[in-house]
Amino acid sequence: MSQKEINLLEDFEQKIKDDVKIEPKNWMPEKYRKTHIRQISQHAHSEIVGMLPEGNWVSRAPTLRRKVALLAKVQDEAGHGLYLYSAAETLGITRDELFEQLHSGKAKYSSIFNYPTVTWADIGAIGWLVDGAAIINQVMLTNTSYGPYARAMVRICKEESFHQRQGYEIMMTLCNGTEEQKEMAQDALNRWWWPSMMMFGPTDAESTHTAQSMEWKLKRKTNDELRQMFVDQTKPQADLIGLTIPDKDLKWNEERGKHDFGEIDWEEFWQVVKGHGPCNKERIAARVKAYDEGKWVRDAAMAYAEKQAQKEAATQPISKTA
Amino acid sequence: MKENLIKYILGIADNSLILGQRLSELCGHGPSLETDIALTNISLDLLGQTRSYFQYAAKLKGENTTEDDLAFLRKERQYLNALLVEQPNGDFAHTIVRQFLFDGFHLLFLEQLRTCADTQLAAIAEKSIKEVKYHFRFSSEWVKRLGDGTEESHEKMQVAINDLWIFTNELFLMTDAETAMHREGIGVDLESLRADYQEQISEIVEEATLQIPETKYWQKGGKQGIHSEQMGYILADMQYMQRAYPNMQW
Repeated sequence: MSQKEINLLEDFEQKIKDDVKIEPKNWMPEKYRKTHIRQISQHAHSEIVGMLPEGNWVSRAPTLRRKVALLAKVQDEAGHGLYLYSAAETLGITRDELFEQLHSGKAKYSSIFNYPTVTWADIGAIGWLVDGAAIINQVMLTNTSYGPYARAMVRICKEESFHQRQGYEIMMTLCNGTEEQKEMAQDALNRWWWPSMMMFGPTDAESTHTAQSMEWKLKRKTNDELRQMFVDQTKPQADLIGLTIPDKDLKWNEERGKHDFGEIDWEEFWQVVKGHGPCNKERIAARVKAYDEGKWVRDAAMAYAEKQAQKEAATQPISKTA
Repeated sequence: MKENLIKYILGIADNSLILGQRLSELCGHGPSLETDIALTNISLDLLGQTRSYFQYAAKLKGENTTEDDLAFLRKERQYLNALLVEQPNGDFAHTIVRQFLFDGFHLLFLEQLRTCADTQLAAIAEKSIKEVKYHFRFSSEWVKRLGDGTEESHEKMQVAINDLWIFTNELFLMTDAETAMHREGIGVDLESLRADYQEQISEIVEEATLQIPETKYWQKGGKQGIHSEQMGYILADMQYMQRAYPNMQW
């Protein structure tokens, strides 16, 4: 390493230490850049793939009010995907390359979206649990060291907490409804609880990226700490609307001042991560289809823009184009 | 009078509802994130307008009728939208051309409706015009972009115009309720919009290097509640929850 590189690295490390944001034009270690591309794009892909399970109920939403709210929510996710892809692009990768990584399976996205939305209550459960878990992860990221990512997260978090309330309100309405509706809500909680717990990733002992990510302040809390926060936050919410979290080991631990909870089925976790969940194939196929079928549209838009630019250039006085 | 007014409002609302429903099917599947977001916006606008019309019609109907009763609990023959808006999304060319052909009409229609004698309808029209102006600009730009883009896009767009143009005439045919409402100073004289429509649409189609097909035979029926075979599936999907779980709060 040359003296110049040593100075750059020291300067970078000092910034991280002082909580000064790293900006796209600043020098950064190659591994920092790669890790951020990986994490930000993974996050962007999760937003885009996440549109599919919820989009599955837009055309069947039970009332106009619910239809409009769900459609707006799914649209917000597209917006989040857009900011996040833009943030990843500041690190020197194109959106097409990012899509290519998603479509080939090289890039991951949140495994939760590989579960099917079977009933309307799943839309409530996703808002309540999945957005709830996402917020816990994301609030931490509003302080992350990479500037464009941190700023995107501030905006995203505001919208996510609205989604979470909206989801909980769907569940509450079901629980105040008929017996059949209440059963629908409990069934959705039963199916989405454990996958939501898995959203925080492997236990700290198993997590390969945690140490480095903590050092760079890409993460500020470990997977297990975040998961604990989720349990402690969600249990009273379930009690309030009369639903039972499907974990017989879940109970308040007076000594710890936290809830104890049961073991996650890690075999299922890895099965889904490795591409063998209930909907992995459908999700990627839907994204690939939209992308492939959209190619002629994107090509045409590009060709049209070029033609317009040429026309404009042809009508400009020579002195201006010179 | 009241019967005709309700029918008149339902006709307007159903166009927005069914087109909004069609567009909502595309959410998450657009050709790019930007177009996905834009089409969802249009869908949201149309569904918002639908709610305003239905809330008004529900109030006129009385008997505790709600906007959702009107949206979800009528039978196929009771929906009064034009055939154009229920046509399938098809490829992006069909989606855009359907939108463009409807938006051009919709904007002219609302500009008249805004001056009508019914203050409630006039107010909904006033609010909707701002949205529909944007819809028409969006769809017109895409017609130009795709018409004058690549050879492939040009060809796809011409196919879409050829397929969908036959549904445009119905937009200007007056039903009995529309004629009755026009006499009351409420309903729009649809025939009077035809010349402006032709002119505006032709201008953009021409700029897009496309052609409006010569047509002798038009399709109609939706506004009388006689729909294409598509409609049953749209309703089966849209009404599923209300039919499977009747009389519940959501």
